[in-house]
Amino acid sequence: MSSTAVFGEEPLATGGVAYGGPAPKRIVVAFGFWIFLLSDIVMFSTLFATYAVLGHATAGGPGGAQLFNQARVAIETACLLLSSYTCGLMWMAIGARNRSATYLAAAVTFVLGATFLGLEASEFAGMIRIGATPERSAFLSAFFTLVGCHGAHVTFGLLWLIVMMAQIATRGFRPTVERRLACFSLFWHALDIIWVGLFSVVYLIGAR
Amino acid sequence: MSTQPHDRAPGDNTGLARTPEETLSELLVYTTGLVLAVLLTGVSFWAANTTLLWPPGVALGLAVLAIAQMGVHLVFFIHITTGPDNTNNVLALAFGILIVMLVMVGSLVIMASLNANMMPAGDLMNLQTQH
Repeated sequence: MSSTAVFGEEPLATGGVAYGGPAPKRIVVAFGFWIFLLSDIVMFSTLFATYAVLGHATAGGPGGAQLFNQARVAIETACLLLSSYTCGLMWMAIGARNRSATYLAAAVTFVLGATFLGLEASEFAGMIRIGATPERSAFLSAFFTLVGCHGAHVTFGLLWLIVMMAQIATRGFRPTVERRLACFSLFWHALDIIWVGLFSVVYLIGAR
Repeated sequence: MSTQPHDRAPGDNTGLARTPEETLSELLVYTTGLVLAVLLTGVSFWAANTTLLWPPGVALGLAVLAIAQMGVHLVFFIHITTGPDNTNNVLALAFGILIVMLVMVGSLVIMASLNANMMPAGDLMNLQTQH
């Protein structure tokens, strides 16, 4: 088996050149998904740039300092950070082939992600109720696009998590299922990285 | 970590049954990441609200804290390393960072320069009063 060669004593791969034959499929899949995540981050960077440019273009409407509730943002941040951690725990449980621990960690991750989404939805609803809608000003258009795009990603991630738990329940820890779970955990961690930029740029710097 | 295969992808820990020590060290990595991230987040929220710091410098400080926390997430949660196995992932990340920087810094510099140089009427075309 060529796959045993990669467990040798000296590193077989140097400078990105693999001498041990083609890389295993899980490596290739994770690398491909990593490229997708980076392209997603590039897309977010355009939305960040838009927000940074239009952050003060309030057209006489409400600005960040009036609209943002920092306590809510702190709770949202805690939810997403903890869910990233429990996603890591889920990945460890998958590595240990522990089904109940996987379900438990996934459930906690899901609840934290859903709490985050609920808080964000209530924030959006509250803003729209007082007339701070996306069409009110360029600042609000940029805000709703950027934050809403992240929220849409989180929603998709939660649906993906449900699908993956169903696949574990029906198919078990197969290599295909495990590769998808690897992609999911990368996706979830990447969303948390984007949120770090979001709470810093939008809510902390944007409210100054 | 010498017992690990040399071709780990980001987030990769599969392919081997692991010993309790390895599981413990993995838990330690995630917990260290969580502690560092909570610390950096806490400092960010403190810096945004304190009156102790020089106000014009706070925004730059928050940006630095955010970049530091992104680095913590990359290392401790996504497991980007400097090992030979990770070269492709690091190169892809470097290219991604290059594009992100070009887009963000480029947009800000160009728009600031437009605002400063190309609008003699000043407030007439100021984005703050634009409808």
